[in-house]
Amino acid sequence: MSEAASHHDDHHDHHPSGLMRWLTTTNHKDIGTLYLLLALVMFFIGGAMALVIRAELFQPGLQFVQPQFFNSMTTVHALVMIFGAVMPAWTGFANWMIPMMIGAPDMALPRLNNWSFWILPFAFTLLLSTVFMPGGAPAGGWTMYPPLVLQTGAAFPFLIFAVHFMGASSIAGAINVIVTVFNMRAPGMTLMKLPLFVWTWIITAFLLIASIPVLAGAVTMLLTDKFFGTSFFSAAGGGDPVMFQHIFWFFGHPEVYILILPAFGIISAIVPTFARKPLFGYSSMVYASAAIAFLSFIVWAHHMFTVGMPLAGELFFMYTTVLIAVPTGVKVFNWVATMWHSSMTFETPMLFALGFIVLFTIGGFSGLMLGVTPVDFQYHDTYFVVAHFHYVLVTGAVFSLIAATYFWLPKWTGHMYDEKLGKLHFWLSVISVNVLFFPQHFLGLAGMPRRIPDYSVQFADWNMISSIGAFVFGFSQLLFVVVIWKCVKGGEKATAQVWEGAHGLEWTLPSPPPYHSFETPPEPSTIEGGMR
Amino acid sequence: MTFFRTQSSPWKLAAVAALLALPGVASAEWALNMTEGVTPYSRTVYDLHMLILGVCTVIGIIVFGLMFYSMVKYRKSSGAKAAQWHESTKVEVLWTLVPFLILIGIAVPATKALIMMEDVSDSDLTIKVTGYQWKWHYQYVDSGISFFSTLDSDSNNARQLDSGIDPASVEHYLLNVDNRLVVPVNRKIRFLTTAGDVIHAWWVPALGWKRDAIPGFINESWARIEEPGVYRGQCAELCGKDHGFMPIVVEALPEADYDAWVEKMKGEMQQAARPAATAPVVAAAEADAQGAI
Repeated sequence: MSEAASHHDDHHDHHPSGLMRWLTTTNHKDIGTLYLLLALVMFFIGGAMALVIRAELFQPGLQFVQPQFFNSMTTVHALVMIFGAVMPAWTGFANWMIPMMIGAPDMALPRLNNWSFWILPFAFTLLLSTVFMPGGAPAGGWTMYPPLVLQTGAAFPFLIFAVHFMGASSIAGAINVIVTVFNMRAPGMTLMKLPLFVWTWIITAFLLIASIPVLAGAVTMLLTDKFFGTSFFSAAGGGDPVMFQHIFWFFGHPEVYILILPAFGIISAIVPTFARKPLFGYSSMVYASAAIAFLSFIVWAHHMFTVGMPLAGELFFMYTTVLIAVPTGVKVFNWVATMWHSSMTFETPMLFALGFIVLFTIGGFSGLMLGVTPVDFQYHDTYFVVAHFHYVLVTGAVFSLIAATYFWLPKWTGHMYDEKLGKLHFWLSVISVNVLFFPQHFLGLAGMPRRIPDYSVQFADWNMISSIGAFVFGFSQLLFVVVIWKCVKGGEKATAQVWEGAHGLEWTLPSPPPYHSFETPPEPSTIEGGMR
Repeated sequence: MTFFRTQSSPWKLAAVAALLALPGVASAEWALNMTEGVTPYSRTVYDLHMLILGVCTVIGIIVFGLMFYSMVKYRKSSGAKAAQWHESTKVEVLWTLVPFLILIGIAVPATKALIMMEDVSDSDLTIKVTGYQWKWHYQYVDSGISFFSTLDSDSNNARQLDSGIDPASVEHYLLNVDNRLVVPVNRKIRFLTTAGDVIHAWWVPALGWKRDAIPGFINESWARIEEPGVYRGQCAELCGKDHGFMPIVVEALPEADYDAWVEKMKGEMQQAARPAATAPVVAAAEADAQGAI
């Protein structure tokens, strides 16, 4: 390896090859790639579980799995998708893009970076191994409400430690982002010149640091309740099962924005690029993100309106919850205003971004409806909620992740992806995802509770439609893998700028970029020219 | 396979498109919307739901309309040149304030509805609902009647894995019980919900609300049913493997019929067992404890 490196004109981009390269890497691009690959694998594992769920729900009666296994599928599907697919994918993008966007050579804490990634395979080995254990995988829901979760069998400590590992990894990743952005910006890269993806990621990182330890505390209390005779959450021992829900959702609501804030940054990068027009209201985007982050800490009990809170509590959480619609609305209006009087083209990243804006907004509307307490007494824990959070997470977070992949794939690989296949991937996804999730609004309103393996025949029709959508959507995602594979293997050579309307420091580097992104900081004039 | 046995016609698929276009013609099977229910509260909730849905639809049409207009009008391929402006304090203030005002417009009726729901005073009778894995227990605190309510045996046989029984052949599949909760119409019923093991949630959509049943807690809610009938619901909080199999059936009787039912049940209970005679005392004590909370 050293011979190869000495022939190279660059200095220190030598590294071990094969497996050791990936195990020992401290390079932000390598680690970013690892995160993204893990996320992709988890996306398909979680997706396979979703297809078990939708297969069982295809028609009334139990055809494939026992109810307990069904509950395990809903539980592990959620944990895998949230902690295994979406969160690591965002950290992967942060690793790849933040140093390139702020003019830095790498992340500030490269060894921590390596460690925070390599915790994750262990975490998911622990979690996924429970599927094969006596008593089965955790089946009490990803929210882990006691007392039900305490009925989990051998899988219980595995669940708790897996959550701890995922949390530790997230906190380490968040610290790395904050330290990198605050210390490694190129001269001239002031905070209010940062690309919005960097801004939304800093805010996300602070949310992670503030909320993940709360989750760690909650699951540790579960562990001691189960094994060490405490009764934090046991009414019989003087504890309080509702307290768990308060603590969990104090983590859980910021978590929602952890999953979606970076998406706002992605859309704010893609729309101006393909509209060939500067982003409308940059500073209001920053302030709106900060406002959403602040509000996310004072709305948690809207997940638990039906536990029986005092009237004053219900009113407080209703008012703060619906208030989130204001900054979120500002964002959507800004994106639409960016398109106004622009000059648009519709490459695959733009298509997914436009799909995001419409479908995420639909998820936002149902979120507003759910936030209104008296009607939530009807919507709560029905398929209406399932439809809502899949609109914001699948057509929200996942669509923006796919958009971001198409957007930067030519930069990463140096090749253009297959635009025809990309567009086919978009149209298959956007149609099937609506066939999958839109009818779930109707099911919920008609009275179908969530997390049930079997249902009354009055719900049969929409469930069948929804399952058909699920299978088409699931298998369409294989196209995504094909496109990525083809692009990594070869294709039309990508220019440095890749997209005609692209602005920002990452587009001043060649495609693919050098191993250490900016070994010397970019000129302040480059920063000015790149910012719009 | 039996995949398409219950709903087989391809016409059904075609009907989906038609129904999406015409939400007004929703049949019972292809239900699209929330029930109006049979209580003053459920109607309030329905009206509020329709109001917010309407507001969201109008905003959606405007925002998506402008977006799709831009996508058609400002295409590079049709020669559109991009402007370079990127802020306008006036519009930004406007689209912060207008949504805020709309939210106030929603919050006012929502607050009224919530105050209505939380007022459990002046009830005519009290029923204590206790959730267990996986059945409901009902206790009429005033008259001492109490019984368990579980999934009916026809549904239970059909719902087993590979039972070979077509769910469509079972009447009220998964929404039928052995013992119905019998209640009077036009009286204010106070429900006390709690649980004996894990958390459950008692939900009958026609009443307009659900309430968690939590061990160690007693939650209060109320309903005044205005039409006699049979109203069905289910447990709404994941409570273990048979969460999907603990339905609720409420039978609302005219007042005189209800009073007759109470007398009949009291007689049956007295005949059945002496040791049960202490039940009303326990119930009264629990009601007192609840009052103290």
